[in-house]
Amino acid sequence: MLTKRIIPCLDVMDGRVVKGVHFVNLKDAGDPVETGALYSREEADELLFLDITATVEGRKTTAKVVEKTAEEVFIPFTVGGGINGIEDIILLLRSGADKVSINTAAVKDPFLIRNASQKFGSQCIVVAIDAKKKMRDKWEVYIDGGRTPTGVDVIEWAKKAESMGAGEIVLTSMDADGTKQGYDIDLTRLVSESVNIPVIASGGAGKLEHFYEVFTDGRADAALAASIFHYGEYRIREVKDYLLTKGIKMRV
Amino acid sequence: MAIAIIDYKMGNLRSVANALERVGAEIIITSDKKEIYDAESVVLPGVGAFSQAMENLNRLDIIPAIYEFIDSGRPFLGICLGFQLLFTKSEEGSTSRGLEVFKGEVKRFGDKVKVPHMGWNEIKPKRDLVLFSNISFPCFVYFAHSYYVEPEDRGIVAAITDYGGDFVSAIQKENILGMQFHPEKSGEKGLEILRNFFNLI
Repeated sequence: MLTKRIIPCLDVMDGRVVKGVHFVNLKDAGDPVETGALYSREEADELLFLDITATVEGRKTTAKVVEKTAEEVFIPFTVGGGINGIEDIILLLRSGADKVSINTAAVKDPFLIRNASQKFGSQCIVVAIDAKKKMRDKWEVYIDGGRTPTGVDVIEWAKKAESMGAGEIVLTSMDADGTKQGYDIDLTRLVSESVNIPVIASGGAGKLEHFYEVFTDGRADAALAASIFHYGEYRIREVKDYLLTKGIKMRV
Repeated sequence: MAIAIIDYKMGNLRSVANALERVGAEIIITSDKKEIYDAESVVLPGVGAFSQAMENLNRLDIIPAIYEFIDSGRPFLGICLGFQLLFTKSEEGSTSRGLEVFKGEVKRFGDKVKVPHMGWNEIKPKRDLVLFSNISFPCFVYFAHSYYVEPEDRGIVAAITDYGGDFVSAIQKENILGMQFHPEKSGEKGLEILRNFFNLI
């Protein structure tokens, strides 16, 4: 049986990890390669680098970081943030990323998903969706790093992304993100039941129970978390061991 | 003399090369017939569409070199799409013929499960093979695919994996090995499997 995945997310800016990673056994917590390798040793199932650099120069730096990471880290890793078109995707995949995650550019031009998935295969095209709750069972898609509402319904967009060839969805609840009060279970479940591709839940992880909830009630295929790992509140292995005792299938 | 990774413009080969280098192999990435034929062992990786892959192999005129290499008895490994290409034909796209090294069809997962089959799943060995030396079980490896192979000769099956039912996740017949998963992305155990392949030289 396929296991559920635990995916730490690293914010990278100009080739450095920002939002501190607090581990005693890291020489350089700002180095994405070293941090990625550490998470890999701790049995993370995958890594996500979110590039928050805005400049062209910064993006070239990111490509170099991706290249170094691919040499050192032998688990899948996804790179997202600021991908505007097919050229950006080519650069990152050639540098060694296994997948790219597209957000704003995909909403503005859904055919980018189609072009990219036909060219590289669905398995490496991830669509990231930032969702904000509007009313009961209704969420709206936001773009530009959560700054711009689009009027697009999240469920409809998820289905559209799948039909265009997305291989996976990273679903971030803007309401839950940063609260540590748990993932948005309703949102995750509704999206997961609406599409037939894997859904990675994101935003809100603060306690071990939150992972359990999102995998069971939320029907998520994978769970993304950042700060609870970076600040050493939980080790990845702790999360996995807890989930195993609760009967969730994990790779250990 | 080295391991040749066949470059036929189907996706990133760097990660396969990185992983093989990590276990001590010398690597060349090539689409040159002679370099392929002269290698100590050959890896056919690849992600993307089956028919496109066959078209590229044809255009680059490397199919005869693949057959000759396989016939020479030296170790040959197909990974993911490169594994599927060893079979007769695929449902993917228009019905496309494969390399037909083995008889069998490449089929799409049904609607009962999420497609692609993406993530870590368990391989269960069917036989005691060198490929799995020093591997502790249960062994989880990384998959990312929408199609799976159905070999006619069940005797070549090396491992199976359960995803809405068992499918063939690895094969071995003499010098020919195939893996549906990505050993280069399967952490320490994946590296160990690649080390076992490297040690076949």
